[in-house]
Amino acid sequence: MIPAPFDYHRPSSLDEAIGLLTKHGEQAKVLSGGMSLLPTLKLRLGSFAHLVDINRIPGLDGIKEEGGALRIGAMTRQAALERSELIRKKYPILADAVPLIADPLVRNRGTVGGNVANGDPANDQPAIMIALGATLVARGPKGERTIAANKFYTGLYETALARDEILTEIRIPVPPAKSGGAYQKLKRKTGDFAVAAVAVQMTLDARGAVASCGMALTNAGPTPLEAAEAAKFLTGKTPDAKTIAEAAKMAAAKCNPSADHRGSVEYKKDMARVLAARALQTAFERAGRG
Amino acid sequence: MAMHKISVTVNGAAREAEVESRLLLVHLLREVFRMTGTHVGCDTSHCGACTVILDGNPVKSCTLLAVQADGCKITTVEGLEQGGKLHPVQEGFTEKHGLQCGFCTPGMMLSSVALLERNKNPSEQEIREAIAGNLCRCTGYVNIIKAVQYAAEKMR
Repeated sequence: MIPAPFDYHRPSSLDEAIGLLTKHGEQAKVLSGGMSLLPTLKLRLGSFAHLVDINRIPGLDGIKEEGGALRIGAMTRQAALERSELIRKKYPILADAVPLIADPLVRNRGTVGGNVANGDPANDQPAIMIALGATLVARGPKGERTIAANKFYTGLYETALARDEILTEIRIPVPPAKSGGAYQKLKRKTGDFAVAAVAVQMTLDARGAVASCGMALTNAGPTPLEAAEAAKFLTGKTPDAKTIAEAAKMAAAKCNPSADHRGSVEYKKDMARVLAARALQTAFERAGRG
Repeated sequence: MAMHKISVTVNGAAREAEVESRLLLVHLLREVFRMTGTHVGCDTSHCGACTVILDGNPVKSCTLLAVQADGCKITTVEGLEQGGKLHPVQEGFTEKHGLQCGFCTPGMMLSSVALLERNKNPSEQEIREAIAGNLCRCTGYVNIIKAVQYAAEKMR
């Protein structure tokens, strides 16, 4: 399959890229890893007259802790995250999730920024960033601004990014002691999107009760779904089987998935409940060790 | 229609081409360079038959624009044999019956080569994970894994 014709631009700086987006408006699309965009163009589900390839812009990738935040450059490949010692040691929620994204060939190209900015509720990292309380950094013609991950997703494939803005970085607060996270995903096979998936990040206080909890679900509606009530319900409690089951039920009740070849609405909601309980339990255990 | 002059290194040889923006890397290899060892399977980014190694990483060449590979080093299945001698992975596929119809084989071998360059002594699980993006519709995975293990031993 061949995409419809387009012009290809390879800017060497962010300003040049933003200039191209400003100039071409609705006709332009940012090309990051291309793992969603190229199939879209090939299947002609969408077309753009101008692709702005940001792959060669220096400084857009990297994984480092700085100023109390884990900073992940938008162009960081999923494979780099997967191989990062820092991620493996301190961010189990990401260490759980990345090997479950697509397949290894796709992860060699696909980027964290693309996964986050695409606005596809089936992508895994949006829910994870919400659970982690991440801040998304965007650059546009007027400069830089930050957007909380849980305010970023406005609709199916719609985000708070303006047409002439580029997501440049994701900032995740460095978790304090006694923190743990988990990502639980059910998929039919490698490369498939989730039937349901749940992201949890938790911090415990000195008594072992939940000091704070972030929780969000993948593929549970038109946007990634924050399970704020369930997280709030757990705050201040020491999770046991009963409270975890109750919180999982609350999270699943908020789901609004659509029936498709991955299952019925009832099945998906029930899987969300099961996965939520597992993610909460695992995050809790990890936080206790952390 | 926008055209771009690109240069790539394919299996060690410098190549140049003038390509349309929308030309996919797999079509550059097959139709412009006439190197048909790289296969088109599903053409929807699922099967990995089109796998090539791009600057050290195996990628799906049906999901990459040729112009994106400008300046990059590409290894295709044609580049595995050196001076008439099969690559240990190719030898493994021969010895261990790692193919039936052979359609997925170029992609399988390139994912395996990239794995062995990173990990000299992969476990069976690591091999399975490394080829998770390559589908064999003959379902001959058991012998593919044996072929990679053979190559790993040979390369140590």
